[in-house]
Amino acid sequence: MSYCAAVADVRLTSLTKVFDGVTAVDDVSLHIADHDFMILLGPSGCGKSTLLRMIAGLEDPTSGDVLIGGARMNDIEPKQRDVAMVFQSYALYPHKTVQANIEFPLKVRGVSKPERAEQALHAATTLGLSEYLDRKPGQLSGGQRQRVALARAIVRRPAVFCMDEPLSNLDAKLRGETRAELVALHARLASTFVYVTHDQVEAMTMGTHVAVMSRGRLEQVGTPQEVYDRPASVFVAQFIGTPPMNVLPPGLADASRYIVGIRPEHLMLESTAAVRATVSLVEHLGHETLVHARITDRDEVPAVVARLEANGSAPGVGDEVGLAFPATHLHRFDPETSRRIDDRSAVSAAPGAPAGAGVEERA
Amino acid sequence: MSRRWRDAPLAVAFLAPSLAVLGAFVLYPLGRAMWLGHQRCGATGGNCQSNGWDQYIDVFRSDEFQQAFSVTVRFALLTVPVGLALGIGLAVLADKHLRGMGFFRTVFSSTVATSVAVASLMWFFLLNPSVGVLADWIGGVAKDPGLLRDESTALWAVAVSSIWANLGFTFIVVTAGLQSIPADLYESAYVDGAGGWMRFSNVTIPMLGPTLLFAGVVLTSRAFQSYGEFDLLTGGGPNGSTTSLTYLVYGNNSIIKNNDGLQAAVAVLLFLVLLVLSVLQIRGLERRVHYGN
Repeated sequence: MSYCAAVADVRLTSLTKVFDGVTAVDDVSLHIADHDFMILLGPSGCGKSTLLRMIAGLEDPTSGDVLIGGARMNDIEPKQRDVAMVFQSYALYPHKTVQANIEFPLKVRGVSKPERAEQALHAATTLGLSEYLDRKPGQLSGGQRQRVALARAIVRRPAVFCMDEPLSNLDAKLRGETRAELVALHARLASTFVYVTHDQVEAMTMGTHVAVMSRGRLEQVGTPQEVYDRPASVFVAQFIGTPPMNVLPPGLADASRYIVGIRPEHLMLESTAAVRATVSLVEHLGHETLVHARITDRDEVPAVVARLEANGSAPGVGDEVGLAFPATHLHRFDPETSRRIDDRSAVSAAPGAPAGAGVEERA
Repeated sequence: MSRRWRDAPLAVAFLAPSLAVLGAFVLYPLGRAMWLGHQRCGATGGNCQSNGWDQYIDVFRSDEFQQAFSVTVRFALLTVPVGLALGIGLAVLADKHLRGMGFFRTVFSSTVATSVAVASLMWFFLLNPSVGVLADWIGGVAKDPGLLRDESTALWAVAVSSIWANLGFTFIVVTAGLQSIPADLYESAYVDGAGGWMRFSNVTIPMLGPTLLFAGVVLTSRAFQSYGEFDLLTGGGPNGSTTSLTYLVYGNNSIIKNNDGLQAAVAVLLFLVLLVLSVLQIRGLERRVHYGN
């Protein structure tokens, strides 16, 4: 019997996983709505893959619940969860042909041979694989293997797709193309996708929602734009965005007692600004120029980065510049907790305020 | 002079040690045995003379060779499939991350460190009709005349001893093969709903292909070359029912034991049989074996 529900939302409540005394996932509660494309984003070892494996049924939670379509799944076998999984290594059976690989989930379910062949052909056609059905995985390119893994996942039309960094073995060009195809596939299948990645570009471009994780805990959940525009912590602020947000100790960018963050595109270089810095590196990227500068007499503060338009004039290495911090673009974080402070009225914005003593807080 | 020829002396120098060992211990004895095999000797083994190469054909056609060949083939058919199946079974059982599994792995692989002589002696006592524990349990023909002394059971009894002695080797080889199978293949099959048997038949066995081919060829070769078990357990008897080809060559009770020419001829024929068999096994099975990407 299948526990496939009409509504395939995934709800995790206080989910914790401990391996030999090491907490991989720490009290995570998350709701993934039906048809959502949820990205679990975080650095290596943050627990995102473990979380995904608990949803798929490959790991048992130490405590907390996994609910799919409202039904508690903790003790339910993976095959009854109506979940398909795409692995980073693709996990294709090297001794089986592409067709046999795609058919395997149907064969396990006792689907008749003609029906299997028909559904496999349909899935293969959807992913542009119909010419390769007789080949073995070893005869395919990385991108084609990745498609076979996807075809094997979609062939039985699961309610929830779990994907564990499925693009990380592809080269940059193919990764870009496949990102767009996965988004199109999500729209076509109208299923719930849970997608693990450490690549913020994938998170920003593919997900309808992003759950950012660090050290087993959930840092923030929101749409990609929300997470970018209003990062909930210093960690999220620096993890999302390339180059990352500049994070400055209290008293440097304004007169508040908070840690201040500013995106490189909002940091202004003004000759009259009070905060002085020396340009340490200029990167011309064609469509934009990144200027790295070290703040004068504040060696403990890492270089800040300003993003300039490519056609504007950029300073040279060694030039002294002034740094201006527009108040409307400042993000403030509590020095104790590193969490976002939203009460802006408490802050007297003073761009270019003199540098004061402060401890830099970094995630 | 091309570079290929300029480098030739250096290549020969590098190969010389291996060639010397191969020549002294493989090629020379093989050539010597082939030469000896065509010589016809007197009844007492002396007075050997070259007299054409017909002796090989005569030996091949003889009843003694045919019977020993039949015994050897039946012995291989008994020991190889059962040995492989048991090795796979034990290796799969021990391939679990459970507490104390190291102990079982050690026990299962221990026969690798047991010599054929010790293993045979152990089974000789276990099956001995008067003092053997197994003989007591089994009763019937095991008590009188004894499994090793009855024509219909002797080969089976020797086969059991041989399977036991080779089990450690098969276990270790299959365990190594199992550990090289990526865990995510099992996980993928598990998420797709495959139960234990489906995972075993669709992942484990196909992925073990190269390992099983290797173990099968080695076990077959060992079965054809088994000597100690036959010598110590049955002495080729009763009534020639356990006279294998190797026993026919070396055995104390062999009817050609004093005839160097005939012994060499049988040995060379055994070599040819094994050569053909190994080529057939590898050619026949290799197409069905997957060697990874």
